[in-house]
Amino acid sequence: MNALDTRKTSAMLYLDGVHVSFDGFHAINNLSMTIAPGEMRAIIGPNGAGKTTMMDIITGKTRPDSGDVLFDGVTDLTRLDETQIAELGIGRKFQKPTVFESQTVEDNLLLALNVDHRVRSTLFWQDSRADADRIDQVLEIIRLTGARRRLAGNLSHGQKQWLEIGMLLAQDPKLLLVDEPVAGMTDVETHQTAELLKTINRDKTVVVVEHDMTFIRELGVRVTCLHEGSVLAEGTIDQVSANERVIDVYLGR
Amino acid sequence: MPHILTRSLDRRATIFLAIVATVGVLLPLSNLLLPDTSMLHVPTYLMTLFGKYVCYAVLALSIDLIWGYCGILSLGHGAFFALGGYAMGMYLMRQIGTRGVYADPVLPDFMVFLNWKSLPWYWQGFDMFWFAALMVVLVPGLLAFCFGWLAFRSRVTGVYLSIITQAMTYALLLGFFRNDFGFGGNNGLTDFKDILGFNVQAEGTRAALFALSCLALAISFLICRAVVGSKLGKVLIAIRDAESRTRFLGYRVESYKLFVFTLSACIAGIAGALYVPQVGIINPGEFAPGNSIEAVIWVAVGGRGTLIGAALGAVAVNYAKTVFTSGVLAPYWLFMLGALFVLVTLLLPKGIVGTWNAWRDARQATSLSEDARSAAFEDGAVKPHMAE
Repeated sequence: MNALDTRKTSAMLYLDGVHVSFDGFHAINNLSMTIAPGEMRAIIGPNGAGKTTMMDIITGKTRPDSGDVLFDGVTDLTRLDETQIAELGIGRKFQKPTVFESQTVEDNLLLALNVDHRVRSTLFWQDSRADADRIDQVLEIIRLTGARRRLAGNLSHGQKQWLEIGMLLAQDPKLLLVDEPVAGMTDVETHQTAELLKTINRDKTVVVVEHDMTFIRELGVRVTCLHEGSVLAEGTIDQVSANERVIDVYLGR
Repeated sequence: MPHILTRSLDRRATIFLAIVATVGVLLPLSNLLLPDTSMLHVPTYLMTLFGKYVCYAVLALSIDLIWGYCGILSLGHGAFFALGGYAMGMYLMRQIGTRGVYADPVLPDFMVFLNWKSLPWYWQGFDMFWFAALMVVLVPGLLAFCFGWLAFRSRVTGVYLSIITQAMTYALLLGFFRNDFGFGGNNGLTDFKDILGFNVQAEGTRAALFALSCLALAISFLICRAVVGSKLGKVLIAIRDAESRTRFLGYRVESYKLFVFTLSACIAGIAGALYVPQVGIINPGEFAPGNSIEAVIWVAVGGRGTLIGAALGAVAVNYAKTVFTSGVLAPYWLFMLGALFVLVTLLLPKGIVGTWNAWRDARQATSLSEDARSAAFEDGAVKPHMAE
């Protein structure tokens, strides 16, 4: 049987009727959403709308109480753990930049490389031209070539954000989940990050969670507004920001 | 394989190995060859004492491997040390034969005393050295594997893991205290006669045991260096610093922890096996939770995550213990040990070697950047700032 026959959807990511509650609090409430292959989607919404919880569900950190979460049309993500989901090709950048602070920038990328992650092959791993080239390439993209031997912990906040995006690139996933990539960045860095994400989007599907409306406008992609764990509005940035309910709960008058 | 070894040998590691090798050769030679009257003669009791410290250093290495590099704080590592010790002790008991008090050719004295008629199944095979040597590694390794498999898969981490390791060693302590457990109960195993046909009390045997302990320290150190110097070592540090990030990169964190925890337990077992013939006894007291905590203090004092520091810390703290517990200060030793731990945690959180390394690295970095500056200056690339 080939994979195409069993596909339930053509979407890269498909969420349907997902519920999660923590001690009676409905963090995610009948959430349904589809992300097409090659798409870049921005997710906005007030604090507590369920944006990060949604990412937790997709990456296997949180298991939904009910509902379907399908990746690439065939894989049920609710049955897998973080490691399996990462190996499938879903990469995640955290809200708070999370890099390996006591290791160098290039070691951070080396650790992220999409290679065999089993204990034995990691123990006997040897430097290879291909890996080194890939690391050089990523360093170039995230503009950290000059900082390759510095400890990640000594980078500036913006550089850490980029390093983490670089780790996502090294991981070479099909789908990138990027949580607040421009928090704490200067205007110039924000602009550069938007460019970077657009470049990445050329061959990867990207989901970005962000509060910075200027940044989202710059991305120029479809926007989904979450509120109380479900979709409030979806459309272009202009449509969504004109939506009365979005203005009430999130943007303000 | 060779690349793993060469990669793991930097200058500090080479110096450390050279010192261990020198001590391992010179101390036994001085003990055996120099006359008692010579200034440089090392008396046997002193050599055996240092042999004990070397075994502790191996135990400290095994703790540093998991705590310093992977963030697993085991407060029960003494259990693996003691199990290795018991495996060796069982071999030594079987070597006594008819020279025991009851002169039974097969049964150790305590079994005759308990009126046992035959050897329990788990004592079979321990008359053969190779079998005992295998068990020295296998028994601690297997226990660590089973324990780790359950704990790491359930994602037990941090202080909870430390507490259950304490519970593990305490449970073993209670078990080994029981006479019907079959390991000599309260008294443990003692009155050893010979090892591989050599009298354990003889000076030559003691010198050989000391040299072997140093060899074990050197080999364990090389193994630990090879592990932490590989890409796997980088993954261990990643797990220590940001465990869930490592998972999201696609690493199966529990497998890595299980590997390094089991390896560490095997090394601890070897340390225990070399310890027992030198001190001449193994009893359930070795499982006491306090012992394991003390071993963690050695590592903290020497500097965790440095390997060399762990070994030095073990020797230094135990030397201090010997000095202080044999004088008028004996009743205060535990207070001093506690104070040492508190002071190191507050003032030298990286430990002695860790602080030293950081200081050296910082100095090297500044001298490098100064070199670069003066080089650039000579090229005329940088103009010195002139006071205006």
